[in-house]
Amino acid sequence: MPFNLLVLSCLAYVAFLFLVAFLAERRAAMGRVGWLRSPLIYTLSLSIYCTAWTFYGAVGYAARSGLEFLTIYLGPTLVFVGWWLLLRKLVRIGRQQRVTSIADLISSRFGKSNLLGIVVTLLAVVAATPYIALQLQSVTLSFAVFASETPEGWALPDRDATAIWVAAGLALFTILFGTRNLDANEQHHGVVLAIAVEAVVKLVALLAVGIFVVWGLAGGPADMFARIEASPLRDWSLEPGRWTGLIMVSAAAVICLPRMFQVMVVEGGDERHLARASWAFPLYLLLMSLFIVPIAVIGLERMPEGANPDMFVLTLPLAEGQGTLAMLAFLGGFSSATSMVIVESIALATMVSNHVVMPIWLKLRPKAALTGDVRRIVILSRRLAIIAVLTLGYLYYRMSGGSAALAAIGLIAFVGMAQVMPVLVGGLFWRGATKAGAAAGLVTGFVVWAYTLYLPSFGPDAALSAAVFAEGPAGIGWLRPQALFGVEGMDPLLHALLWSVALNTFAFCLFSVLTFPGPVERMQGAAFVNVFDAEAAGPKGWARGWAEPEALLMMTQRILGDEAALALFAAEARAQGKDGFLPEPTPDFVAGLERRLAGSVGAATAHAMISQLVGRATVSVDDLMAVANETAQIMEYSAQLEAQREELTRTAQQLRAANEKLTQLSVQKDAFLSQISHELRTPMTSIRAFSEILTEGDLPPEMVANYGRIIHEEAIRLTRLLDDLLDLSVLENGSVQLNVGLANLQQLIDRALAAASHTRPERSFLILRDLPAENLFVRTDPDRLVQVFINLISNARKYCDAAAPELRIVVRQRAGRVSVDFIDNGSGIPKQSQRIIFEKFARLTDQTRAGGAGLGLAICREVMANLGGGIDYLPGQGGAAFRVTLPLRLEQKAA
Amino acid sequence: MKRARTPLFLKRRSYRKRRLRDTARMLPVFGLFLMLVPVLWKPADTARADTAPDGIYLFVVWIGLVLVAAVMAPGLADESGSDDPEEG
Repeated sequence: MPFNLLVLSCLAYVAFLFLVAFLAERRAAMGRVGWLRSPLIYTLSLSIYCTAWTFYGAVGYAARSGLEFLTIYLGPTLVFVGWWLLLRKLVRIGRQQRVTSIADLISSRFGKSNLLGIVVTLLAVVAATPYIALQLQSVTLSFAVFASETPEGWALPDRDATAIWVAAGLALFTILFGTRNLDANEQHHGVVLAIAVEAVVKLVALLAVGIFVVWGLAGGPADMFARIEASPLRDWSLEPGRWTGLIMVSAAAVICLPRMFQVMVVEGGDERHLARASWAFPLYLLLMSLFIVPIAVIGLERMPEGANPDMFVLTLPLAEGQGTLAMLAFLGGFSSATSMVIVESIALATMVSNHVVMPIWLKLRPKAALTGDVRRIVILSRRLAIIAVLTLGYLYYRMSGGSAALAAIGLIAFVGMAQVMPVLVGGLFWRGATKAGAAAGLVTGFVVWAYTLYLPSFGPDAALSAAVFAEGPAGIGWLRPQALFGVEGMDPLLHALLWSVALNTFAFCLFSVLTFPGPVERMQGAAFVNVFDAEAAGPKGWARGWAEPEALLMMTQRILGDEAALALFAAEARAQGKDGFLPEPTPDFVAGLERRLAGSVGAATAHAMISQLVGRATVSVDDLMAVANETAQIMEYSAQLEAQREELTRTAQQLRAANEKLTQLSVQKDAFLSQISHELRTPMTSIRAFSEILTEGDLPPEMVANYGRIIHEEAIRLTRLLDDLLDLSVLENGSVQLNVGLANLQQLIDRALAAASHTRPERSFLILRDLPAENLFVRTDPDRLVQVFINLISNARKYCDAAAPELRIVVRQRAGRVSVDFIDNGSGIPKQSQRIIFEKFARLTDQTRAGGAGLGLAICREVMANLGGGIDYLPGQGGAAFRVTLPLRLEQKAA
Repeated sequence: MKRARTPLFLKRRSYRKRRLRDTARMLPVFGLFLMLVPVLWKPADTARADTAPDGIYLFVVWIGLVLVAAVMAPGLADESGSDDPEEG
């Protein structure tokens, strides 16, 4: 193919991309964003992960190291299928905080520290320069491939000239579409759409070459399989350390590389986009990798000895006379290289202008935030930064001579950017991560990476002298760059990865733990780590400062432009219910404005500019404490409410129970009154009747004696009843006189049993006792205690309804107290009655055979209370069971 | 304070949603394990021709991960109907 035609089609392709970007920009400017922000475009834009390094380099990598090239794509696959773990949070934070770059994210997380922004920017520029050089090199090489094929022998006049032209063209495109506007969020619709188109081109191109190789040159998959088995690639050597390490490092890189962060977080994207990309992007990577090994194998088979495997994608179709396919492949490679360079330089330029140029400019001219045209400065600094970045890349390309294998350069950049990973993950998930820790980790990682991998990559005697390689700096052997701390014989890349990430993480954790974060840092830390706790009431950064709304408006105009600023202020004023363009500078508004500005100039710069107006640079520790107190107060208040509510519920329950008991008692009392009238009436009646008979006289003496005896008995019964009532009232008043003395419990029970045997003497009761246990002395009022025992035993005799009644008396002594259980084998007391049996006048049955007035157990309870003990009903003993407890020694309250 | 308010047991739909999120968290771990399996096969030590079989294995694992992720993606992206959309 004529070389001129190649240049021509190349230019046509570039013009086409310009057109696409232009139309997208125009569409977005009219507010019709629509499908420009669809998950499909998002996924395609992510494909800038696949640079010329993938397009050309993967085949070369495969030809050299077998399947190891897959690690570069397996790592990102893991990150994306596991998007729920990390990417979701990252994207949410990016949107909420209007993050403009990875440097901005780190700076914003650690208290809007510009120092960290500078460190990350520096790291990114240093790591990206060779990577950009790599893209220039691959485009130049691909041009050279075509040039050498031209029949007229029209060799490129100068490879460097090609590189210059490519770099200049890219700079032009990037400046045109990457720095057109300085709107919030740093979104570039034109660029995104252009790289989405390029993503399709490179995928189609690589698949076309692959299909041609498998089905055109080999005889289909089966034949391809056989050819792989027969090729020099058939036995690859997997080095476990490299395999694992590279999967990890590429997983870190897909998050931390400036261009990936740009398309993944900054250019927009939400959960919906990520969800689609979580499988679509791995699928894209899979398709890109699918034909790499076949192309490498066929390339090694067919191409002459010594051909550069990095160029097989291009040279193979060319050698087979497939001009169109070669053209497509060329455009694919061209797309890969250009899209990477464009987005990378936009990302780097944003970082440089936001974290290096703007802070310096604001420091030099503090008043400029209000008077100078900040917009112009920012855009100018970005344009210059783009040119500078591309120039650096070009210079690196010139200096390195474009000889190193593509894969090596890419991996060096990967390991460099992976240094951000510990700080990033720590910052997102650990509130204890501090600015000092982040700075220490980043600087440590940067230095170790530069010393063990970056500088050595220039070769001996270039950046580091050969003597340093062999003997270490100043002859210190354990500091040799490729054998740090005496770890020799390790793969240099793995060696650098291990030490840089390990020392980085260690320094990060150590300094984080040792230092104390400032208020802004703590605020931001909470906002980042708890990003999903919606509307977490963070302290308002500007709670106590006050800014002139007009000054705020002027400053916003300088950054966002007149129209945008006015619209923003008018909307806020309307939201506050005011007319005009000047809203009240409430803390909420100022904080929102700061975020909005941060979307244009970065968090640190926006914070610095606002603080110039508001007058107070930061929130103070007091503010944080105030918020904490407020929260604590609210929590305490609600806890109090909760406690009060519970207490109310408890009280209501107690009241209900008391009421129920009262009602029951009232019913009982009524029953008792009729009972007692009955009780009093029965003896009275018979006394009256018999005394009447007696007064009539004229009776045989034996009848007189008989009637007299009846009257006497009835009178005794009356007296007993009245005695009981009297006794009870004395006991209840606590005015009872106790005769305390030492008594043997066994004897007391004996007495009680003897006395109670008069009750229903016709029944033969089996008494089960444990005499040795009963044999103990208690200091109490023996007569009163016996009274209780008698009552219980009589009750058992009266009410036990078993055919062969028995009564068990169990005595136990524990911790200075004695318990005496009286357990019979009757049917016991029904559950609903157990609560009231100790109440006065309680009678379970109307059977008058009991003869009592229902005062026995009530008296027992009062007696035991006076004796310092108690009496309870024991449920679940197989019959009625009462437990009497009393102290071994009764201490009298008033002796 | 917030934790105390989340219910201890969930409806069937919310329950499934949480387990889906658990799966989303587990997927990369299992994926990494499967990707590291070739290390155990020691292709470096044996003289056997293992590029092609290893490659096929890795691509099968890869496609499997893509499919599982594709099946889960709509459920994960849908945040509606969940009592606690943010935290699983």
